[in-house]
Amino acid sequence: MERVFKIVERKKIWFSISLIIIMIGMITWMFKGLNLGIDFKGGTVITIKIGKPFDVVELRKYLEKYDPQIDVREIEGHEVTIRSNKITTNEVNQIFNDAKRKYGLKDDALRSVDTIGPTIGKELRRSALISNLLATLGILIYVSLRFELWSGVAAIIALIHDLLITLSVYAVLQIPVNSSFIAAMLTILGYSINDTIVVFDRIRENSKLGKYDDFETLINASITQTLSRSINTVLTTLFTITAIYILGVPSIKEFALPLIIGIISGAYSSIFIASPLWSIFEKRYKRV
Amino acid sequence: MKTRDRIKFILSVFLIFFVSYVLLFGIVVGDYQVKPLSKVVKLGLDLKGGVYVEEEIVDKNVSKDTVERTRDLIELRVNSLGVSEPVVAITGSNRIRVEIPGIYDPKAALEQIGRTGKLRFVGPNNDEILTGKDVKDAVVSVDQRTNAPVVQLKLNQEGAKKFAEATKKYLGKQIAIYMDDELISAPTVRDVIPNGEAIITGSRNVEEAKRLAGIIKSGALPVKLYPATIRAIGPSLGAEAIPTSLKAATIGIILVMLFMLVYYKIPGFIADLALIVYMIITALIFTVVLKTTLTLPGIAGLLLSIGMAVDANVLIFERIKEELRLGKSLRTAIDAGFKRAFSSILDSNITTLIAGFVLYFVGTGAVKGFALTLIIGVLSSMFTAITVTRFLLKSFVNSGWITNSKFYGA
Repeated sequence: MERVFKIVERKKIWFSISLIIIMIGMITWMFKGLNLGIDFKGGTVITIKIGKPFDVVELRKYLEKYDPQIDVREIEGHEVTIRSNKITTNEVNQIFNDAKRKYGLKDDALRSVDTIGPTIGKELRRSALISNLLATLGILIYVSLRFELWSGVAAIIALIHDLLITLSVYAVLQIPVNSSFIAAMLTILGYSINDTIVVFDRIRENSKLGKYDDFETLINASITQTLSRSINTVLTTLFTITAIYILGVPSIKEFALPLIIGIISGAYSSIFIASPLWSIFEKRYKRV
Repeated sequence: MKTRDRIKFILSVFLIFFVSYVLLFGIVVGDYQVKPLSKVVKLGLDLKGGVYVEEEIVDKNVSKDTVERTRDLIELRVNSLGVSEPVVAITGSNRIRVEIPGIYDPKAALEQIGRTGKLRFVGPNNDEILTGKDVKDAVVSVDQRTNAPVVQLKLNQEGAKKFAEATKKYLGKQIAIYMDDELISAPTVRDVIPNGEAIITGSRNVEEAKRLAGIIKSGALPVKLYPATIRAIGPSLGAEAIPTSLKAATIGIILVMLFMLVYYKIPGFIADLALIVYMIITALIFTVVLKTTLTLPGIAGLLLSIGMAVDANVLIFERIKEELRLGKSLRTAIDAGFKRAFSSILDSNITTLIAGFVLYFVGTGAVKGFALTLIIGVLSSMFTAITVTRFLLKSFVNSGWITNSKFYGA
């Protein structure tokens, strides 16, 4: 007897799990806001490797003479990021010299200095929005043509779900939103749609074979048949990206974490969101 | 038949390992030398350290010619810094991107690139004597008396004439030399200078004199610039990022390969070989064909693509398993597996490509690079997972070494 998991029947559970995570994310977003990086906001970030434990609060007090609103944070590996949208290039050198003197550092302790003007952020936001919209639209058209309109809509809702989940992670963990954020979002988009299409392809094939009487069983069976592939591909992808997350330098970690979340969310949504949604649409709009 | 397939398989495996060896360690054959890829690959600024500046032209309505001339002038200035492989390129309609490896002080770089560079010699009555246009050449030399570095100017014919007249007129008086309204020197005229040679003192060190000479020689920029983006990356970031990324890559790849081997057995082993071919192809496309620079997000993208590259094989092998369970023979199951997995591989990869192409055409800078990684990764993984895996798997099966379908997932 063929084993079939009951996925569609429990759709309320799956939808609730996702909604709760997204709600938490959106509420955090409302109250704490996203940690917009200078790529979007403009300003200067200096990253210095202190190389030993140090007092961040004290350093912030010390640097307030340059900008009372200066933002000083410790990041992994005893490094510090100093952010401000007021300091000049001259003051950047002064700040680094201050830190050098204070902690007995050498020139190579300066990790990076980034200064972004306010015009870049506007452009970046526009290109982020446009690229996401265009990609989504392109995918919707392709999926609708290759499958049918409602499957395309279901796939797109699953995509929006993944982007919202990833955005929630950015909000809750206060990961800086920089230009790599756009790349992360679009990778997730591409990856997640890949997963969804594999399941949909099986649904299409099984539907042609006419093996199953009702649409729910058809979807459940198709999910079950592709389940080991879904799990295995998530695993192999996670192997490499988690390795870089664990071993990499802070700036690469910042990029790897949302990818990890997005990949898990993408696999989850193709099984628990996109497929049940297709069956709901199918019932409501076609086979009444 | 058997022997031919055995030879085919063994030769292919040998070839894969030989090429990998050459790419990893290089090889010398007679007079020819193939350098290892690690020596060929160009590292992005975030890996080798340096200054990245995006200068925006303040005036919004500039012609394409003006932007190009500004780029050329900036290039001259950057080249006078004497660093290897700087990049000066136009981005968008009114921005110029400058990458200078090996220089970590953004302030010095900005002064070199972004100054308008208007040189003026002004007399005591505030009358203009010379401008940068009268200068033919500017070189750095050392003042014989004070041992201080100076910038020596050679004036063109007209400039020499004007300078001779002015030095005659203002003998014993002060001439002020300005660079962009900043007074850099105010010497007193001691002799009439008829030969068109002038000297600018006041440089604190040889580097500063060199920079000044570089700016004077390249001439003033036709536009005013504003630095929209400045990034300076210290050398230590890359020094740490490269070995840690390599370690992560090695561990990640080994895990992927072990997983495939343990879970799918013989086909998994074949997929591992195909994965090596995938890495060879992508590495060659990036370093030899496209000559792209490797950046930190690029490394993450490459690693992600390696994890995803086996996906098509996973799809195929799962199908083969299903066909075997239906009781088909090994060869029919393999053929059916490839055939039936194809539509899902094609559709899923095309949708990913749509996202990739949008990202490539709409995105800028690092995002564009990342999109390229994604596109090339998807295309070459489709090729290796389908063509290479099929070829190797078929010749392995036909070789008759292992024919028990248990080792193929039944």
